[in-house]
Amino acid sequence: MKPIISIQNLSKIYEGGFTALDDVNLEVGEGEIIALLGPNGAGKTTLISTICGIINASSGQVRVNGFDIVKDFRQTRSIIGLVPQELTTDAFESVWDTVSFSRGLFGKSKSPKLIEKILKDLSLWDKKDSKLMTLSGGMKRRVMIAKALSHEPRVLFLDEPSAGVDVELRKDMWRVVEELRQTGVTIILTTHYIEEAEAIADRIAVINRGKIVLVEDKAELMQKLGKKTLTVQISKELKSIPKALSKYNLELSDDKMSLTYAYDASGKRTGITSLLSDLSTAKILVRDIETKQSSLEDIFVGLVSEGAGS
Amino acid sequence: MNWQAVKSIYNFEMQRTRRSLMQSIISPVVSTLLYFVVFGSAIGSRIQEVDGIDYGAFIVPGLIMLTILTQSVSNASFGIYFPKFTGTIYEVMSAPISFFEIVLGYVGAATTKSMILGIIILITASFIVDVTIAHPILMMVFMLLTCISFSLLGFIIGIWADSFEKLQLIPLLVVTPLVFLGGSFYSVSMLPDIWQTITYFNPVLYLVSGFRWAFFEMSDVSPVVSLVAVSVFLFGCLAVIYWMFKTGYKLKS
Repeated sequence: MKPIISIQNLSKIYEGGFTALDDVNLEVGEGEIIALLGPNGAGKTTLISTICGIINASSGQVRVNGFDIVKDFRQTRSIIGLVPQELTTDAFESVWDTVSFSRGLFGKSKSPKLIEKILKDLSLWDKKDSKLMTLSGGMKRRVMIAKALSHEPRVLFLDEPSAGVDVELRKDMWRVVEELRQTGVTIILTTHYIEEAEAIADRIAVINRGKIVLVEDKAELMQKLGKKTLTVQISKELKSIPKALSKYNLELSDDKMSLTYAYDASGKRTGITSLLSDLSTAKILVRDIETKQSSLEDIFVGLVSEGAGS
Repeated sequence: MNWQAVKSIYNFEMQRTRRSLMQSIISPVVSTLLYFVVFGSAIGSRIQEVDGIDYGAFIVPGLIMLTILTQSVSNASFGIYFPKFTGTIYEVMSAPISFFEIVLGYVGAATTKSMILGIIILITASFIVDVTIAHPILMMVFMLLTCISFSLLGFIIGIWADSFEKLQLIPLLVVTPLVFLGGSFYSVSMLPDIWQTITYFNPVLYLVSGFRWAFFEMSDVSPVVSLVAVSVFLFGCLAVIYWMFKTGYKLKS
């Protein structure tokens, strides 16, 4: 996939000496959706703000669509749309005016039809003449998205777009993201909602303490790092795990009524068949079986805690 | 050039003026009329003429200058400070627009507002006193250059300020005193020698003086010197703004 964003050795050290970005390297392919995950203060917003031109980088280079973000800022910024984390709006402006203003700011001539479509897609059409100060937080968030889409960007940054919004908007937004993906728009999403990344992203990048810890295809990541567990419910209480079963590293539950076995689902042999056979040999009767795959959240927490420990 | 963006910023700012018509246009006009009452009627009844010109007419250029200077500074500073305060500045900073285009939009709108005010005050004054303009084109050039340069100063203040208090600090403590002490309501020749010398260090003197020359062909300093002074001030402000955008001073971290 042709990269539309190419970040090389990007660092940002703030005046006080805080390193927000530490030698970041990342390529984002055209048309993909990449979710940038990381704890608070990891550098997600700094990275986005630097690419958009809001923050000056200390060193390194960023190219968007082959153009340098500093030297060729007109070419790069004209194809980028940004939905910032903070709800910043002009309180006294109407929805229609503020969205139209955004389009003009990016050098595009008026297009009432497009603005109408965007507002309808985001369920804002009936609020088009309302002043922004009269809108709820969720509605303001929709306006921010509408503003970012007003100039038909090819690259869209969504910086925690679901923060503080209801389920309905989140689903509306996912639908808009899906439509954008179909038109070939590249989307870089930061979020705290792991299920959001899991639901819409193609790739996952994890950033922690200004460093990119991991960049991986979501499905591959789930397969590579995602452990599966098999929980066996037994019919009689087990005081301890028999020696014959020690090779499986089983965990006995507190109520002594279930055994948990962790295995690699992508491996040739999972060991499940032999475990069940050995359970039978040990006269342990199985009442029920359940398998569970670890979520992206489990993987994320694991990666971040590893980083914190190092 | 991203003319569409310049137009958007300009229209956005003008829209703000239309929304607050009372505050933007009517209030400065009422204040100026009060100055006419106080200076023209109360003081004017004791000072008949200054350098052969009726005192009421003499103060007209000074009053216009007082208004356009303070309004240029306050409009331009508020125009850029408010998006900084609300956070909406992110949109301007991430748009494909150069520093010059941003300045053109904000300062252009502030200049337009000040010009409209200046012309309204001139028209209002002509109903009260007999105003003759010897060089109308030069008068308009002076007014325009003054509006642009002080809007640029306001823009600088708006970027520099990080609180509403600071936003008011320079206009109240520097601009207004300079205007009052810059010969708006008197000729410098009326002052004692030492104050005359001090006044020559006041940049506003050159603006008021050049502007007054365009009205009455009389001034404290040569109109050429005035024109050079206002041009130097204008380019000085532009240079400071260029530096602010280049370094991201108070705009980018």
